[in-house]
Amino acid sequence: MLKDSDRIFTNLYGLDDPFIKGAKKRGDWSNTKKILKLGREKIIESIKESGLRGRGGAGFSTGMKWSFMPKEIGERPHYLVINADEGEPGTCKDREIMRHDPHKLIEGALLASFAIGANVAYCYVRGEFFRETEALQRAVNEAYAANFIGDNSCGSGYKFDFFIHRGMGAYICGEESALIESLEGKKGQPRSKPPFPANIGVFGCPTTVNNVESIAVVPEIMRRGDEWFSGLGKINNTGTKLFLISGHVNTPCAVEEEMGIPLKELIEKHAGGVRGGWDNLKAVIPGGASVPLLVKEECETVTMDFDALRELRSGLGTAAVMVMDKSTDIIRAITRLSAFYKHESCGQCTPCREGTGWMWRIMERICVGNASVDEIDMLEEVTHQIEGHTICAHGDAAAWPIQGLIRKFRDEMIKRNSGNSKTIKAA
Amino acid sequence: MTTQNEPSQTSKTFSFTPKIEIKALEVLQKYPEDWQASAVMPLLDLAQRQNGGWLSQAAIEYVANRLSMPLIRVYEVASFYTMYNLKPIGEHHIEVCTNLPCWLRGSDQLVQACEDFLGIKSGQTTDDGKFTMSEVECLGACVNAPMMQINDDYYEDLNVDATIKILSKLKAGSKPKTGSQSGRRSCEPATGLTSLLHQKKLLDKQHNKGKG
Repeated sequence: MLKDSDRIFTNLYGLDDPFIKGAKKRGDWSNTKKILKLGREKIIESIKESGLRGRGGAGFSTGMKWSFMPKEIGERPHYLVINADEGEPGTCKDREIMRHDPHKLIEGALLASFAIGANVAYCYVRGEFFRETEALQRAVNEAYAANFIGDNSCGSGYKFDFFIHRGMGAYICGEESALIESLEGKKGQPRSKPPFPANIGVFGCPTTVNNVESIAVVPEIMRRGDEWFSGLGKINNTGTKLFLISGHVNTPCAVEEEMGIPLKELIEKHAGGVRGGWDNLKAVIPGGASVPLLVKEECETVTMDFDALRELRSGLGTAAVMVMDKSTDIIRAITRLSAFYKHESCGQCTPCREGTGWMWRIMERICVGNASVDEIDMLEEVTHQIEGHTICAHGDAAAWPIQGLIRKFRDEMIKRNSGNSKTIKAA
Repeated sequence: MTTQNEPSQTSKTFSFTPKIEIKALEVLQKYPEDWQASAVMPLLDLAQRQNGGWLSQAAIEYVANRLSMPLIRVYEVASFYTMYNLKPIGEHHIEVCTNLPCWLRGSDQLVQACEDFLGIKSGQTTDDGKFTMSEVECLGACVNAPMMQINDDYYEDLNVDATIKILSKLKAGSKPKTGSQSGRRSCEPATGLTSLLHQKKLLDKQHNKGKG
C-alpha cells in the first residue's frame, strides 16, 4: 500500500483548508521560481523521465505530448487547455482536486504552460461543477493576489494567466478537439485529425490539452524529482493515481494509490470490500463506462495499470472502478450505458449518430428477453461497424462495453432470449 | 443525440441588468480580441440566470447582437448544450442522476420518490412552477451515489427519506443542507480514513461538530 508520505493529494477529502494558507502548509508554491529557472527543456525532460501518462483516460505520455509543441514561439501564441470536463460515468476525481486542492492545479498549470511556451491556460470545467468552479476561481484570485501567477509569476518574470471556461452539459466536450471547438464558442463536435492541437488547436494556435490530474501532479514531481515518481508503480505505469470505487462496495470512496495496485486489494483495503463479501462479486468495470467489464476470475489477480488491464482487453481509463455484485442485472447495466452513449452522441458521424441508437434499442430488447438469439451476433457485428469508423472515440466507447458483455456474458444473454424464434425483427 | 425544441417566444425584450453587465465585461476579457465568440457560452449562461433559468428568443438574440454573431450560430450553441433551457423551467430544477453508479445504489427509487412527492413525471414541471424534475446523465459524484443536483448544488449519499426531506424543505421555502446527506465530509470512506491518517483528528473534529 502507498505510504502517506508518498501521496500527492494530501487534502483529497477536504479535511483541511483547501485555499492558499492550507496549500502553502502542504508545500504548494514552494520553490516554484527555482523550478521555472530550470528552463523549458529540463521540465519537459523530467516529466518524460517520470513516466507520467495522461490521467484523462488515454494514458499517453504527458512529457511526450508537451514535446510536440513547436520549439520556437512564432507569431501564433501557445496555449495550455486543461480538461476538467469530467463526465465519464464513474469518474469523480478532478472534482476533488478542484474543490479540495485547487492550488496544485494552478501551480501545475503555470509549470506546464511555461514548459510548452504558453502564457495563458484555459481550464474547461463541466458546467454542473458550479461550486467546484467557485472554489477554483477563489484559488485563482488568491494566486494572482500573491503574485504566484500574473505578470511576474513567482518573481520569475514569466507572464501567466489562468482562465476558467465553463461547459454547459455535453459529455462529448471531454474529447479534446470538441472541447477546443466549445472553447471557441461553437457546438462541441470533434475535429478531424490531423492537424493535431499541437499544430492547430484553440484560436488556430499551437495547443496542448491535458487532464486536471495530469497537470496537478506536475509540481510534486518537479519538487521531489522524477526518480521518486518513476520509482512508484510498475515499469511503464509509474507513479500514483486517484482511484474512484463506486457501486456495490461497503464504503465507496476516492483514494490515491500506487499505480499497479491489485484491484482486489484496492476494493478490500479502501472500499470496505464487496457488498456481501468477495464471493458475491459478479463483475467490475475498472476504468469508467467506456472500458469493457471484467468478471470475478479476472478481478482476483489483475493489477490496476494501463498495461495489465489492456492485456485483459479492458482498460485503466480514468480509474473509475464500478463494482457490481451478484444481484446486478448485468445486461440492464450495460443497456443503461448504451442509453448514455446514444444521449451524448454529437450527431456528426453517421455510424455513431445512428449506431448508438440502434445498439441501445436492440440492447433494450435483449434486456427484456424480446430478441432472438441470432440478434446477439448481429449486435456484435454492428459494434464492429461503428468501432473505428468515426471521427472521435465516442463510437468506439459505445461499442466496447457491449463487446465486453457479449464476450463475458453471452450465455446469460442467450438464456434470457432463448424462447424466441430466430426470425430477425427490425430493431 | 438529443434535440431541443425551438425557444419559446413569450418574453419580448431582453438586455443585461447593470450588475450582470459587469460580469459580462469580465467574461469578455478572458478571450483574445478576435475571438469574442468564445464568450457565447458564458453570456448565454448569464442571460439564462437573469431570465429565471431559461433562454427566451429575445435573450438569444441579445447575446447574438452583443457578440456580432449570426443568430443561427448562437441558437446552434443554445440548442446543443443540455444546460440551456429553451422553455420556462421550475424554480427548483431537480436533476436525479440515473447513470450506472447511481443506478447500482438505488436511483430508480429516488426517481420514483421525486415523482410521487411532486406529482409529476420526469421532464415535467409542477403547476405552481416551483419544481421541474429530470433524470440526467452522470454528474461526476459517483463515490457519493446516489445523488441529485438542484440548481447549482449537489445532494449526495441519498436514500428515499433524505430525498423527501430535501424536497419538503424546498417546498416550505427553506434551504436544505447541501453535499452528503449521510454525514460524510466528502469522498472519504464512510467508516473512517484508510489513507491520509494524519488527518484523522480533523475528521473526528468535523464529525463532532456535525453532531453538536
